[in-house]
Amino acid sequence: MALIEAKNLSKSFGTIRAVSNVSLSVERGEVIGFLGPNGAGKSTTMKLIAGYLQPDQGSARIAGFDVSESPVEAKGRLGYSPEGAPAYGEMTVKEFLDFAATLRGLKDATTRVQETLALCRLSDVAGQSVDTLSKGYRMRVGFAQAVIHDPEVLILDEPTDGLDPNQKHEVRRILASMAERKAVIVSTHLLEEVEALCTRVILISRGEIRCDETPKSLLARFPGKRMDEIFRHLTT
Amino acid sequence: MKSSVTLRLNPMRAFRAILAREFLGYFRTPLAYVFLAVFNAFAVSLAFFVGSFYESGIANLDRFFIYHPWLWAFLAPAAGARLWAEERRQGTLELLLTWPVTVWQAALGKFIAAWLFLATALAMSLPMVLTVSWLGKPDLGTIACGYLGSLLCGGACLGIAAVCSALTRSQVIAFVTGFLACFILVIVGYGVLDNLLSGILPTQYVSNVARIGLWRNLEPFTLGILGIQPLTYFISVALAGLGLSTLMIERR
Repeated sequence: MALIEAKNLSKSFGTIRAVSNVSLSVERGEVIGFLGPNGAGKSTTMKLIAGYLQPDQGSARIAGFDVSESPVEAKGRLGYSPEGAPAYGEMTVKEFLDFAATLRGLKDATTRVQETLALCRLSDVAGQSVDTLSKGYRMRVGFAQAVIHDPEVLILDEPTDGLDPNQKHEVRRILASMAERKAVIVSTHLLEEVEALCTRVILISRGEIRCDETPKSLLARFPGKRMDEIFRHLTT
Repeated sequence: MKSSVTLRLNPMRAFRAILAREFLGYFRTPLAYVFLAVFNAFAVSLAFFVGSFYESGIANLDRFFIYHPWLWAFLAPAAGARLWAEERRQGTLELLLTWPVTVWQAALGKFIAAWLFLATALAMSLPMVLTVSWLGKPDLGTIACGYLGSLLCGGACLGIAAVCSALTRSQVIAFVTGFLACFILVIVGYGVLDNLLSGILPTQYVSNVARIGLWRNLEPFTLGILGIQPLTYFISVALAGLGLSTLMIERR
């Protein structure tokens, strides 16, 4: 069974059709690179799968649970970091993760918070309030709350946005270390990230899926072209 | 299928965690202390200087409670503005609602936390009770009843504030609209508006309009009367506000 299953998702805002008939399926061990120009509907699709937005049509399942019909079960198995990695700015990193762990009902909350702080290299700033952190740390806090319960499904909206090359590498390293046990969707603008990390590319433009295949087969379809050229070709 | 971390979803736990975070959240910013100071400074000085609390020579607190609708109309929206607007602005609403928590758990936790915060402000005025007890022999039952009425009146204003907060991502807009809505309920039933209305409406309508005013419903409490109608009024405004704001967040 696919851990992420979206069927014919559609969502309009007023007269703008943000997502149109999007279907996708992600198995355990897959890392999907979710690509597309700004405004293509990447974030909206992720919000629909995460259950933040209700689709006009279609449905989404996380680990077999329909996100609208059994939201608590579905969300319990999902780790989601929205664009910009929002967090409660006035809380310290540790308080914030404690809060996330409590709301998720983790039995071993204290150990999980410590483990997650270590995994995301946040231990040094655990006592600092999120508002005072630099961008790199803040993105890691967003990532940390998404993995604190070691979820089967991970959806990350631009987790490396605004990070320096070392920090990007670090996020990819952590992600790669846990990827084989999970189904992951990562949206990004960095095409080299896709080649380095992803087992499959889903490219979306104007709310519709333009391609869904491995990076290798995508590159093979356009011999001699680089990823960014293919991206431009498919989205303009 | 087995997740490596056990899921134990207890609805009360989520509610308690949100309540604690929200309540303590007030004290993370200077706003809380400003709020508590302003509430008590105004509550006491209005009673003494405007309400002639001392000169009246009567050992009760109705000169103190009479100004509470004004205070709540101003301060409940100040405390309630952040409820949802701040979550929207920070983007944390998207987190909260993609965690395994229902909107109702979150809404109830937030609302009760804000109400407890208002109760804290009110509790800090308890030395007023000592003052009247020292000056005379007040009826403590009546005073307790007045405090209950004031707390419920604050809850009703908070219900209105919650709706205004759910409408926007700006705390300022949430506060201003909340204040205006509460302000209308404060002036309804005051002489000035009554006179104005009796020019255009038949008398029985004027008195009906006055019934939805905050003071008209708080007054019986301050006299030690626990009436069903004012009790129902405050609780239903609070619950309607809580329910409506929650639905608005659910349907976002």
